[in-house]
Amino acid sequence: MSRTGFLGGIASAPAEAAGTQAEAKIWLGRAARVGWPEILFWLLPVLAFFLLPDRLPLMSEIAILSLFALSLDLILGYAGIVSLGHAAFFGLGAYTAGLLARHGWSEPLSGLALATAAAGLLGFLSSFLVLRGSDLTRLMVTLGVAMVLAELANKMAWLTGGADGLVGMEVGPILGLFEFDIFGRTGFVYATVVLFLLFCVARYLVHTVFGLTLRGIKGNRLRMEAIGAPVSRNLIAVYTLAAAYAGAAGALLAQTTQFVSLDVLEFHRSAEVLLVLIIGGTGYLYGGLVGAVLFRVAQDWLTGFTQQYWLFWLGLILVVLVLVSREGLKGLFDLARRRLQRGAGP
Amino acid sequence: MLTVLFDGIAYGMLLFILSCGLAVTLGLMNFVNLAHGAFAMAGGYVTAVSMNRAGMPFLLCLPLAFLAAAALGVVLERTLYVRLYGKSHLDQVLFSIGLVFMAMSTVDYLFGAQQQLVELPAFLTGQIQLLGARLGIYRLFLITVCAVIALLLQLVLVRTRFGSQLRASVDDARVARGLGMNVDRIFALTFAAGSGLAGLGGALGIQLLSVDPTFPVKYMIYFLIVVTVGGTTSMTGPFLAALLIGVADIAGKYYLPELGAFMIYSVMVVVLILKPKGLFGQAGAR
Repeated sequence: MSRTGFLGGIASAPAEAAGTQAEAKIWLGRAARVGWPEILFWLLPVLAFFLLPDRLPLMSEIAILSLFALSLDLILGYAGIVSLGHAAFFGLGAYTAGLLARHGWSEPLSGLALATAAAGLLGFLSSFLVLRGSDLTRLMVTLGVAMVLAELANKMAWLTGGADGLVGMEVGPILGLFEFDIFGRTGFVYATVVLFLLFCVARYLVHTVFGLTLRGIKGNRLRMEAIGAPVSRNLIAVYTLAAAYAGAAGALLAQTTQFVSLDVLEFHRSAEVLLVLIIGGTGYLYGGLVGAVLFRVAQDWLTGFTQQYWLFWLGLILVVLVLVSREGLKGLFDLARRRLQRGAGP
Repeated sequence: MLTVLFDGIAYGMLLFILSCGLAVTLGLMNFVNLAHGAFAMAGGYVTAVSMNRAGMPFLLCLPLAFLAAAALGVVLERTLYVRLYGKSHLDQVLFSIGLVFMAMSTVDYLFGAQQQLVELPAFLTGQIQLLGARLGIYRLFLITVCAVIALLLQLVLVRTRFGSQLRASVDDARVARGLGMNVDRIFALTFAAGSGLAGLGGALGIQLLSVDPTFPVKYMIYFLIVVTVGGTTSMTGPFLAALLIGVADIAGKYYLPELGAFMIYSVMVVVLILKPKGLFGQAGAR
């Protein structure tokens, strides 16, 4: 289990607070405080926008992947649900946004909202399947749901375009002002702003009693049930939320690239996002973001000289990461963070 | 109708040989090994290469595929897998996905992305008429070989000393160790045998399955379905499940082609929800 200093502090805190709600609130408030490393982190995309104007399409992909990984972090890092089929929601979001745009609903923001809602609904429905059973059952059920969806999209070629992909989308300007341009400027800003807003919501949520309960469930589900925490309700809520986030990521991909293919629902998507999150580290929200940056940059660099064999290196990284220590990069990050915080301490 | 049933049984038998190794690692040893298909792919490629490039006869390739996959299995088990037995399922998933990716791109690098085709020997091609149904000789051969292997497996598990040692080690590795059994060796041998059988399955089914670099991912879900639907308390569960899935898949593709693999996945999800231990599993077992 990932019991780093950060998580350990949370696990022991409720005991120290001895049940007084006021103390718990103060503690939660302290944990939720925004430090300057975070502000610096969010300045990076702003900097990138001005410094790397020719890499914007790559960077909007990074933002989208970040959001996708963030959504997985909500269920894996906070609730401890291992999913092998998270692409189901990503794909559903992408196809919903894509189909809306294809059939005349060109307004992007409402398209995004509808896609998010559709994925959230699927997440809500499938959450009941995920509640039951062991890790292994969950793996299989999540994988199964994703496979069913992929097969559906493949078979309903009249709607989705099948293996040829969904083309002919028309995405209007955002708020009626910002047209999507070929340099990906609007796309990048759009994806990043959505990522930032949804990140803020997630950050707020994990620092509430809800987030704390989830961590408790991850640590010891039986015990949380015994102390009267609404385990099932919390799990359903977080699974729905994560699905909606993944759907938003998918919708962003569809709208910024104006193309959707069966690829969005395939197994390798689910595996990839898992990998991204693991590279960045689970359970602290920034893992998905850091992982996405590292992953895409590494992919860009490796495909530069090995082309289609980059999967090999990806696999190797994965194997080494697991064998050496899954906490490797996150551990490093935690250390750096503690150093920074100590340096800047009040 | 009979032909569909027959083809389904042949496919199911093949699925059983392919996935029985996984039934042991996943079900009995509780290790989520998503890379199982990579061993089957290894068997398929060994066969394709030794037939097409070295001109070896098909029947000789079968034991060769078994040995190659088993050797690969034992090496990987000793060097890598053994270090993950105690780790969390997430670690095992990540690790085996990593292996799958490496296997896929290695094969792609060595042999290219195209499907490997072989020409079966003349005595395995053609059909015979029986009770009004046309039965392919290749499929008849598959059924015979797989049935013999399944029977042998059951005998080894139930009747031999090794079988009872394996069952004991799986039931409680600590006590088995305490009684002086070399549990590590038993697991290594089992893993090798399971990988070898997967390789043999890949070789046997070379005409039925498409052997190309995406093989491990493409068939992974089938193996997992067999094991989870069959339950893991015995070898009979996966065997029956494999037959069921083989027949259902072939029948589905034959009668309702527009549904595709949709049926199989939905059935799996439903079974898992209703009976998390599998259709033929017994409550109370691990």
